Amino acid sequence: MLSIKNIHASVEEKQILKGIDLEVKAGEVHAIMGPNGSGKSTLASILAGREEYEVTEGSVTFLGEDMLELSPEDRAREGLFLAFQYPVEIPGVSTTNFIKTALNEKRKYHGQEPLDAVSFLKLMKEKMELVEIDKSLLTRSINEGFSGGEKKRNEIFQMAMLEPRLAILDETDSGLDIDALRIVANGVNKLRNDERAIIVITHYQRLLDYLQPDFVHVLVNGRIVKSGTKELALELEEKGYDFIKDELSVTAA
Amino acid sequence: MKEELDVLEQTVASDYKYGFVTEIDTDVVPKGLNEDVIRMISLKKNEPEWMLQWRLKAYAHWLKMEEPTWPNVHYPKINYQDIIYYAAPRKKKQLNNLDEVDPELLKTFDKLGISLNEQKRLSGVAVDVVMDSVSVATSFKKQLSEIGVIFCSMSEAIQNHPELVKKHLGSVVPMTDNYFAALNSAVFTDGSFCYIPKGVRCPMELSTYFRINTEGSGQFERTLIVAEDGAYVSYLEGCTAPMRDENQLHAAVVELVAMNKSEIKYSTVQNWYPGDENGKGGIYNFVTKRGMCGGDHSKISWTQVETGSAITWKYPSVILKGDYSIGEFYSVALTNHFQQADTGTKMIHIGKNTRSRIVSKGISAGKSQNSYRGLVRAGKNAVNARNYSQCDSLLLGDKCGAHTFPYIESKNRTAVIEHEATTSKIGEDQLFYCRQRGIDAETAVALIVTGFAKEVMNQLPMEFAVEAQKLLAISLEGSVG
Repeated sequence: MLSIKNIHASVEEKQILKGIDLEVKAGEVHAIMGPNGSGKSTLASILAGREEYEVTEGSVTFLGEDMLELSPEDRAREGLFLAFQYPVEIPGVSTTNFIKTALNEKRKYHGQEPLDAVSFLKLMKEKMELVEIDKSLLTRSINEGFSGGEKKRNEIFQMAMLEPRLAILDETDSGLDIDALRIVANGVNKLRNDERAIIVITHYQRLLDYLQPDFVHVLVNGRIVKSGTKELALELEEKGYDFIKDELSVTAA
Repeated sequence: MKEELDVLEQTVASDYKYGFVTEIDTDVVPKGLNEDVIRMISLKKNEPEWMLQWRLKAYAHWLKMEEPTWPNVHYPKINYQDIIYYAAPRKKKQLNNLDEVDPELLKTFDKLGISLNEQKRLSGVAVDVVMDSVSVATSFKKQLSEIGVIFCSMSEAIQNHPELVKKHLGSVVPMTDNYFAALNSAVFTDGSFCYIPKGVRCPMELSTYFRINTEGSGQFERTLIVAEDGAYVSYLEGCTAPMRDENQLHAAVVELVAMNKSEIKYSTVQNWYPGDENGKGGIYNFVTKRGMCGGDHSKISWTQVETGSAITWKYPSVILKGDYSIGEFYSVALTNHFQQADTGTKMIHIGKNTRSRIVSKGISAGKSQNSYRGLVRAGKNAVNARNYSQCDSLLLGDKCGAHTFPYIESKNRTAVIEHEATTSKIGEDQLFYCRQRGIDAETAVALIVTGFAKEVMNQLPMEFAVEAQKLLAISLEGSVG
């Protein structure tokens, strides 16, 4: 589904990604871990198409298409979803209206009629239960005055509504207390299926305990330095990133 | 008699879709302004002597006045001798009903989405249409007259209801009020007149559609609305003009008179040609609008959506003279490209327990400048006067400007005046967030702007709210790159 080959990327002339390769198939959950500043969020931004980031080398294929050629909105319409680390507030635009606009833009792109109000509300009700989000949140301006937990839950709710093929969760666990984390993780688990791939970017094992990823990759200094199964995450939790860095320096030496 | 529309003609301009010119036989007075021109206008309109004298007095006063320079707008000096002060579609004969209106004219208004025939049949909105200097048609007149409501052009009112005109014309905006009001008083050509008698709630929206068509002409309309004790009326005006490289002057005066326990709701959707993306052409919209809450418990509410005009200079105001009277001002002013707007309101509290509310939303894009200018004054007898003002500005891009000039004068210790202001910017982060959800930048801007302006849009009569929202989106096309 997603094929990342030798991606190099920089922001403001500073090289951050130094050759990333990653293959993600439908139904898989990949976790990307790594210390601060290793390039995790840059990778998410590149995939979503943030313009401040420049891809200097390499290719990304998504569902058979050259993804780097697509505008951010077209990537989204093709089925890419990014759950933001810091979802922005948009005053005056209700969450409901926002999601409805997004959903109908996507439908338009695929040549479908816009969803009528009744079907939309029905779909919303169904997904609200799935991710345990409170109705009152949806009538408020999107993310405005939301708590950290509410923002993240709202991201997962949008993911449920937009039914992406590939979802990237960028540090969705950061700033969540243990209850909020459980609710968010449960929501994500319910959205797992054979057709959908998920990339989870995180610092911590906590979220992975709930999500049980198929693969874990460790990103250090712009490169994936180690890949493995979920046991790798446990090892990281126990020993810290230093053990990988040590291993690397040994190899380098 | 519905004409088929030429789709191509409809889309003459991608940005400004009302930019076409109607080829119509027009009666014009030669360019320039002097006493003879005023006499000629008065004669053409077959006016009584008192009206002519009123005009001449205004003209004499105007000659002694200076064009104001305090607004935060810049434009080359206007040559008042280079303007046509009277241009009228030539009438073949006196019209008895709408079916006799020149088909070319009907087509024009069809194109503008104001189908007079449709309107007559389908919706509960009475329309007066003013092309250049004269009113060309008014619908629903008969039905309205049955309940005593007078809705006609100003010219007709001068002929048929001179006592009402004499009593109220200039009572709220004196001819000496300001430079443009004096000019208007001297040369005004037409406009709408509404009179709602005692205790009558006008059953339909009254609306006037203004159109400038003739090249080189100015439009100087005069509107007067009088609501007697306990009356209610909701009135809406819309306006468009062809795209031309020259600037055209529009200097209107609107007066509202509200008696005891009456209410006037006045809404404007202003979409004069704003000029092109390089700032060439466009309408100078220099307008004086004022309402007098003369009676106790009366209410006047202004709602405006200002998207057009190269320059807007306009402060719809309320004089709160009656005790317990209420004044409201809801405004969305959107400027793009090189547009300049200096707009706001004045709330003059004179009576006791008077209340006013100001909600102003300014949206600036491109290289435009958008200023809010508002005065709240509580006089020494305005016991318990209350005002709440909220001025929000939204900036798109970094080459535009938003300015706020609030003036507060309180001479009464019991008066409470509150003012809140915010300035925000549509950020890259917001746009990217929308785009990541599949909403392209242009749609995202429209979504954000609509959200920003919602509080004001909600005040518009339902029939026009949708149109006004679309207008906001269209006016911003090309503002994100």
